Amino acid sequence: MSMAVDGRRRGSLAIGAVRRDFAPWADPAATPFIRFERVTKRYGDVAAVADLSLDIFEREFFCLLGPSGCGKTTLMRMLAGFEAASEGRIVLAGQDLSGVPPYRRPVNMMFQSYALFPHMSVERNIAFGLEQDRLPKAEITERVVEMLRLVQLEPFARRRPAQLSGGQRQRVALARALAKRPKVLLLDEPLGALDKKLREETQFELMDLQVKLGMTFLVVTHDQEEAMTMADRIAVMDHGRIVQVATPGEIYEQPASRYVAEFIGDVNILEGKVSEAGEGRCTLAVADAPASVSVAGVAEPLKPGQEVALALRPEKLVLTHEAPPAGTPNVFAGTVWDIGYLGDWTIYLVRLASGRTLRVSRANATRFVERPLSWDDEVFVHFAPEAGVVLTR
Amino acid sequence: MNRRFGFFDATALTLGFAFLYLPILILVVYSFNASRLVTVWGGFSTQWYISLLQNEQLLQAAWISLRVAFLSAAAATVLGTLAALALVRYGRYPGRTLFTGMVYAPLVMPEVITGLSLLLLFVAVDFDRGFWTVVLAHTTFTMCFVTVVVQARLVDFDRSLEEAAMDLGCPPLKTFFTITLPLIAPSVLAGFLLAFTLSLDDLVIASFTSGPGATTLPMRIYSQVRLGVTPEINAVCTILVALVTIGVIIASLATKRSAVARQ
Repeated sequence: MSMAVDGRRRGSLAIGAVRRDFAPWADPAATPFIRFERVTKRYGDVAAVADLSLDIFEREFFCLLGPSGCGKTTLMRMLAGFEAASEGRIVLAGQDLSGVPPYRRPVNMMFQSYALFPHMSVERNIAFGLEQDRLPKAEITERVVEMLRLVQLEPFARRRPAQLSGGQRQRVALARALAKRPKVLLLDEPLGALDKKLREETQFELMDLQVKLGMTFLVVTHDQEEAMTMADRIAVMDHGRIVQVATPGEIYEQPASRYVAEFIGDVNILEGKVSEAGEGRCTLAVADAPASVSVAGVAEPLKPGQEVALALRPEKLVLTHEAPPAGTPNVFAGTVWDIGYLGDWTIYLVRLASGRTLRVSRANATRFVERPLSWDDEVFVHFAPEAGVVLTR
Repeated sequence: MNRRFGFFDATALTLGFAFLYLPILILVVYSFNASRLVTVWGGFSTQWYISLLQNEQLLQAAWISLRVAFLSAAAATVLGTLAALALVRYGRYPGRTLFTGMVYAPLVMPEVITGLSLLLLFVAVDFDRGFWTVVLAHTTFTMCFVTVVVQARLVDFDRSLEEAAMDLGCPPLKTFFTITLPLIAPSVLAGFLLAFTLSLDDLVIASFTSGPGATTLPMRIYSQVRLGVTPEINAVCTILVALVTIGVIIASLATKRSAVARQ
């Protein structure tokens, strides 16, 4: 018990301190650690990965995020050496990996199924990789003990994988992959088989570990929350291509396309035409009353008449019973159509006169409210000009 | 599932088992018969087992049969396992369907045909028939049984275990021996025992391919029975039944245990 508390405290101290200035991707002088150079992987006529280029830096916690079948696992398996690229090449620490078999690559992988050897004890599982390197016996024993301590599984050293719980198995798999101190640790849906509570705890433990060990982590996941929590940067993938590579904050607040905006979190999409475009701001003509919406903080140059979409996150919309004061921009009138109470948040579906529904979420910051919103209430929704993102793709 | 075990079930079960095992039971009982007449019960005795020990010919035949069974089962296990690996692992290569069919053909091929074709082959290549031709012939026909058993296990073998081993620095061949083989060992053993008992039982193929000095036990028994059944034959058959039963039980336990271990 004291071990667990100790481990967690030690890790969390490091996190903020190291990460604050960590942004090698923004530094043009930094050399990437892993380079995917125009990599294509074809199965018959289908391209699982299509002409993909990506740079990952040393000590980065990098997430490949996308729905199943988007090519993220194929990309990881190519790095591990289980699949060969049809075109392009993968470079790791300056070494071209083409033709290098998996058992000679300085990367280790934690499998989605954990792939623990059922006929070996926890100890022997962890020692397996070290034995392949023909390390001296004493060193192997020492390293195994160190790993067991790291994942807090010392009392279970002699158990078989079948005698462990799901969470414990996950830790053994992690320890086994870390034991060889690989340059890169690949994690394929590392938390997919755990229940929600355990998953959240483990997310933070993985982050602590990564900082503590100073290793590069590449995680494949379809769970956006997982990616947002853990990653330094996320690559959002779709149909074998990368749609956006950015920090979790950028991905959420400045999505590159409708696909990204809709894949990460909830979003309201308003379609419209640019009626006026200025420096960093614009006015959109939309189908719903008030017919014209003003937007600020526009990143891309826009032309009047251009068809665009405005992405609005539910928590950035303000919901009121009373009409906002005159002169407030972007006010929509509607009725409360449905309410979803989540405890920390409440989600309101507000139906506008046009029949379109806006999703608004509100944090339940106080326990009691003077006048709670109820079904069929006449309400107003408004948002600041900076609240939305104009998407041209 | 929880239905009561009724009168009808009991009758069906009794009749079914009686149909299958009554002849064998009679054989076993009469092997302990004190009388020289096979069909007349003359009291309990183990004298036929003792006289069996003095029957040079039968003992020699039994020894040949055991050696043939062991050697051919060992060879069939290696070849059959390799064939199973080729069928399960190497995806869709040209001629795969043909290969599958050809591996399985001996399962349904009448033994007479297998025996005859092997005989023709041995004659054609001028291979002296004897001990080794029987071993070869038995390897040929038991191999496919091993393949069936091992293939069933390989189909649901988690490939990521092998990938994990290679990922940790283990070359493919070593991976096979340290990860794959230990995990499929129960079905390989089951395949071996199946091949062993099949070889021990076989009369038809052995008769075609055997030569002077290589008379197997079933061949010896068959030729003796033509001169009349003696209680000694009953004793030999009882021992044979016991051996086969033990083999089958171990084989099925091994498969069951590996099925449990997989969950």
